[in-house]
Amino acid sequence: MRTVFLITRRELGSYLRTMSGYIIIAVMLFIDGLLFNAFAVPGPAKRSSEILADFFTVTSGVTMIGAVFLSMRLIAEERQTGTLALLYSSPVKDLEIVLGKFLSALLFLMLFFGFTLYMPLLVAAYGKVSWGHIASGYLGLTLVGSLSLAVGVFGSALNKSQVVAAVSAGVMCLALTTCWILGKATDRPFTELVMGLAWWGHFDPFRQGLVQTKHVAYFALVSFLALFAATRVLEARRWR
Amino acid sequence: MIRVDGLTKYYGAHAAIRNLSFAIESGEVIGFLGLNGAGKSTTLKVLGCVLLPTSGRVAIDGFDVTKDPHEIRKRIGFLPDTPPLYDEMTVGGYLAFVAELRGVPTAQVAQAVAEAERKTTLTEKHHDVISSLSHGYRQRVGLAQALVHNPKLLILDEPTGGLDPAQIVEMREVIRKLKGEHTVLVSSHILSEINQICDRYVVISAGEIIAQGTEEQLSLQLDSGGAIEVDVKGQATIAIDLIRNVPTVSDVVMVKLEKDFAQLRVQATSDVRPEIVRALVKADVDVVRIDRASGRLENIFLKLTQGRDA
Repeated sequence: MRTVFLITRRELGSYLRTMSGYIIIAVMLFIDGLLFNAFAVPGPAKRSSEILADFFTVTSGVTMIGAVFLSMRLIAEERQTGTLALLYSSPVKDLEIVLGKFLSALLFLMLFFGFTLYMPLLVAAYGKVSWGHIASGYLGLTLVGSLSLAVGVFGSALNKSQVVAAVSAGVMCLALTTCWILGKATDRPFTELVMGLAWWGHFDPFRQGLVQTKHVAYFALVSFLALFAATRVLEARRWR
Repeated sequence: MIRVDGLTKYYGAHAAIRNLSFAIESGEVIGFLGLNGAGKSTTLKVLGCVLLPTSGRVAIDGFDVTKDPHEIRKRIGFLPDTPPLYDEMTVGGYLAFVAELRGVPTAQVAQAVAEAERKTTLTEKHHDVISSLSHGYRQRVGLAQALVHNPKLLILDEPTGGLDPAQIVEMREVIRKLKGEHTVLVSSHILSEINQICDRYVVISAGEIIAQGTEEQLSLQLDSGGAIEVDVKGQATIAIDLIRNVPTVSDVVMVKLEKDFAQLRVQATSDVRPEIVRALVKADVDVVRIDRASGRLENIFLKLTQGRDA
């Protein structure tokens, strides 16, 4: 656990010491603010809870795209610059490398969530919202971020190029998104199965202020599978 | 310290190294020599537990690389051909991170970092950001990270690569000072860069070991005793006759003749320099110089690898 913490601390420091992390967060905040104004706020006689739900909708999309860009460098850059040899030759398990990197990106993403708080607070200032709704929405966003980052870490482990890593993760995230549409086009019993794979259906209750264990389990499971796959990729590279 | 037996590593269908076997005792400084692409880095990566072998057995300090890689990693310091540096970190911060990663207790990290910086003369650079350092200093930081946890074995892959002559001398001095404290395995494709610091050499070519031993042993292995060059003053014909009578001498030829100076090249199956000197001095022939003609390691290395590496 100490090693995971060490890697997390170093990676987080790397985000904070270089411009790339700040640029990504700044762009994410700009787009999120823009979408909030364009889609969440407007509309005839909207209730505060509806504005809040729409805010979580747009922020979930921004979170997923941002997570892909935040995670693309995590392992691919280490391979590109040769620093992976440092981790490989140290008494560190591959799982610890993957977890350390994943957690650092998740913490950095939470920094972004912190900066978005002004939008729900604005809604609260001009209307009536439940704090539970806000907490539930942010829990959902954290879970979407966790899933996207885990997929991003997997993509980063697969590729040496950061661009290719981002594209791979983007495609995987897109596949998990379009299952929702694909599910609608299929017949029973595949409808529920395919739609069940899509993250959107599992996020919807969170954005409306509902926390259900089965949806938490979905995000936890997909994140676990992606991180497990990333660990396997790192292990396999030693045999190559 | 290291026992390698039948080590083979394939990259796909290509064998980077084949059936390597060698042993290294504690405290030795071993030069791992070979031209580019000979398989040096692959071998060192396996020893550094970065890669796993396709077949064969590698044991370091009694632990097997496939069964106990974690135990081995605690005992080694590895400097790859490209130093694994995080450019945005300071030298001190980076070394502290590596020390903690390699299991140095938190309370002792500052001391370990200071010691590594002292050994590699980096103390003044403690607060400098790595990206601002010159190539020579970056290489030293790479070496410092390899020894910050005071490992038993140091594996250095081309530590002098890309350095200018002054930096090479400095790096050689740093490595020379590590002798005795650590077992050191240092690779290079330029012999003159490491031939003053190594006790023994392992020469690798096209993925196979083609020779190993001390400089003397390699020379003997190459041409059964090697050629000897003798410079005499005058009396060249007498000198040739006298040397021919020395046991194990198979041939003597005059390479150069200038006024009263002659250079002779002697072929023998053993090192007969003392016998030659005794025979010539006894007959009042002035010996100006006597040396092994092929004793220079650079020559040995080139001869050993000639025609093997494409």
